[in-house]
Order: sequence, then C-alpha cells, then structure tokens
Amino acid sequence: MNKAYVKILVIICVICLWQATYFIQGFHNNLIPSPIVLIKSFYDVISSGELNEHILASLDRVLVGFFVASILGIFLGLLFGYSKVMGLIAEPLIEILRPIPPIAWIPIAILLFGLGNNSSYFIVFLGAFFPIFTNTLFGVTQLPKKFKNISRTLELGKVSFFNDVLLKFSMPYIFVGLRIGIGMAWMSVIAAELIGAQSGLGYFIQINRLLLNTDKIVVGMIVIGIVGYLLSKLILFLGHSLMPYKGDSNVEM
Amino acid sequence: MLKCDDLSFSYFDLNKKQVNKVINHLSFKIKTGEFISIVGPSGCGKTTLANIIAGHLPVESGKVFFNDKLVSSPGRDRFVISQENDLFDWMTVEKNILFSNHVDADKLIKMVHLTGCENKYPFQLSGGMKKRVAIARALAANSELLIMDEPFNSLDYQIREKLYFELLEIWLKTKKTVILITHDIEEAIFLSDKIFLLTKPPCKLKKVLLIDFKRPRNVALRYSKKFLRLKKIIQESICI
Repeated sequence: MNKAYVKILVIICVICLWQATYFIQGFHNNLIPSPIVLIKSFYDVISSGELNEHILASLDRVLVGFFVASILGIFLGLLFGYSKVMGLIAEPLIEILRPIPPIAWIPIAILLFGLGNNSSYFIVFLGAFFPIFTNTLFGVTQLPKKFKNISRTLELGKVSFFNDVLLKFSMPYIFVGLRIGIGMAWMSVIAAELIGAQSGLGYFIQINRLLLNTDKIVVGMIVIGIVGYLLSKLILFLGHSLMPYKGDSNVEM
Repeated sequence: MLKCDDLSFSYFDLNKKQVNKVINHLSFKIKTGEFISIVGPSGCGKTTLANIIAGHLPVESGKVFFNDKLVSSPGRDRFVISQENDLFDWMTVEKNILFSNHVDADKLIKMVHLTGCENKYPFQLSGGMKKRVAIARALAANSELLIMDEPFNSLDYQIREKLYFELLEIWLKTKKTVILITHDIEEAIFLSDKIFLLTKPPCKLKKVLLIDFKRPRNVALRYSKKFLRLKKIIQESICI
C-alpha cells in the first residue's frame, strides 16, 4: 500500500477513536471538544475570516524573523568556519547564548521593542538563528581535505573558493539547519504571541482561553501543527530543488 | 622537466611516539613527455612523494623543480589524479571540467569518451567515468604533469583494461608528462617508458628500468618473454 494512504488512514483512525470516546458515559467532562464540534468550529472561524488574519499575522512574523536569521546565520556560519581566528573569538559567546531558549528572551524583548511586531521578529530570529548558524558552521568544518587540495591545485581565488566550493559543499548541512530553524521559528512565534502580541495564532489560543472557548483553542492548536508541518515541507522542497545532486556528506534532509 | 633533488621526508607517528623517516635522500629526473611509473613495496612513501611533487606537502629537505621552477605550492601545472573521487558533487560533468578554465569542452569530453554525460552529476557516474572526468579536468586546466596516484585501484578489471588504452591514447595525443604511482607491476610495465623502483622505507631510488616496447602497445605484449622477465625482476626487487 502507498505510504501516503497509510498516513491518511492513521489520521482518520485517530479522529474516529477520539470521536468514539464521546459515546462512553462519564469519560469526558466537556473540557475537550469532540472532532465533530471542532470541524464546525473550524468552519466558523475560517468563514468569518477570523482565523485567516491570525494565520497571516503569525506567518508574517515567522518569515521576517526566519529570513533575517537565515541570511545572518549562513553568512556568519561560513565566516566563522572559514576563519579560525573569528571562530575562536566567537565560540565562547555563542556557547553561552545558545542554550538560552527563545522564550527566556521574551521579557527583555518586550522591554526593548515593546509589545508590537518587533519583539516577535526578534524572538523568532533568535529561535531560528542558532540552529542555522551552528549547522552551517559544522558543515564548513566538514569540508574534506580532497576538496581543499583540488581547490589549491586549481588555484582558485578566495571568492571562488568561498562561493563555489565552501558554500556549495555546506548546502546540505545548511538545509538541515534551515529545517530545524523553521521549526524553532514557528514554536518561538507562538510563544511570543502567547505573551506579548495582539494578533497571531498564539494570541488566538490565549484569548480563547480567557473566553473559555475550548473548541477554538484546539482548532488553533491543530492549525499551528498543520502550518508548522507545511513550513518544514516547504524548506524540504526548496532543498531538493536547489540540490538535485547527492554528495558523500551523509547528510539526509 | 621534473627534477627531484635530494628529497627527504619524515612524519611524527603519534601512536609509537617516534619520528618515522619515509623518504631518504631521493633524487631523480623526469623528462617532459615521459610516462614514468613509480613502483615500490607497500608503505614506502609513494603517495607522500606524489603529494610532495604536487605541492600539497612541504619537504623536510631537498628541492623539487618543475620546468626549472621551485615547487612550493600546488598549481594547475601539476595535477594529482588519485583513487579517491574528488570531483565536486554539486557540479555537472561539464562544469567540473570547465570550472577553472574555459576551453573547448566538446573536444575534451569526446577525448575521454564521455559524450552524452555532460549534464550528469558525479553520483550518477560509475567509477571509471569519474576517473575520466578527473583526467579531463586536469587536461582542461592545461596541466603539464599528471600525477596518477593508484588511480585505477578501486575499479574492476575490465574497466581498468579499457582505461589503460584510453590513457595511452590521451597521452600520445597530448604529450603530457605522466607519473603513475602503482603497486600493480603489469600495469606499470604495460604503460610506462621507465619504471622507478623504490626501496623499503625510508625509501631511496633502487633501480630505473627502461621499458622499450614499441608503441602503440597491445595486449599480446603481456605474454612476451621480455615482459615476463621484467615482471620477475620487479617482483624480486620489491619482495626482498
């Protein structure tokens, strides 16, 4: 049987089982809504346009923050991996900053940037930056001796070596970083919106908690899951179309 | 012309905590356009020698001159073709060949029998085809010296045979200088003008054998008395 069918079948089975538990007396206390209620609620929030707005607000934050994090993460990763001195200077700083979860940055971000979009961009940036940066850095340091030797034999200039060899070789590693990064970015934006935003999916589930709309909370959560999955797939697709070749770097996207 | 003058090289063995001398006062000369094989017992520093001539390793003492210029770094004029696949995975065959120099790709690709593979990536090629691309890349860079470090090692028998003839054909056409480092005695006799026999490490030049079979050579050569005699001489020399 086709793999895609299996996946869809699993989802359908879980939904059916979930619905079936509602027929058991005393199993639920009406806090968790049933799939049928959810589908109706989902239809409501989509058709009224309420949810679309929040999805777009979250996406905007993620894409801006992620874009800046990618550019900076890849560039600095290449640079620090390439230059031993720079790497040495940056290492202690990065090793201390890296374990701080993006959520821990929220208070300072709100103080620095206020409750607007800027603090969310910043949190998303922090969430995405480190996986992208560290994976790029790792990729650069994995450059095999054989490629260094052949580059020297070909008498490549610095720019050509950087662009045509170092960057291209690191691409599979960079894309692993981007995939982890987009996941982190998505989680970070939801966290940032739970606390310091007036729109977005995080805000949507938070405000519905205050209004005791459990069905909308769960709809929001499911949408967060689906959008996150699609974002990850998008990066995967981008990676495959940018890299139609296979290297021996053993990195699986 | 390649001139190696009194080369020595040692490295520090981290396991045994001692300095290992690999090459010991080695001197030789190779004329432009010659096909030389370097044969010696295993571990005698053949690959080290290849890396020194290519400029990837600094010598401990002695000097290497290529066309009267002192070799101090790698350069396009001296290309190593090793058993390892060092083609850029992210470039097609054509881009790999033309990466450093824009020459007539069609002619080169035809010469190495890769017509129709221009747009393939290295992962889509067989071992023999990768070797051909590596040779074409060296030719495109206008390399004058091809240092072949056991290039046919990982290939199976039939492909090796085929590549011998292709290599000889290319060599006759382009008149490059070739240094073939190998442990395959028959391969060395069949292809070269001269064979340099090295001693056990720390290696010195033990003997230079002149191989004066007429060219183009054919397979029947391998069963001639002279061929077998040469093979015996080399075998005895290596195993003692």
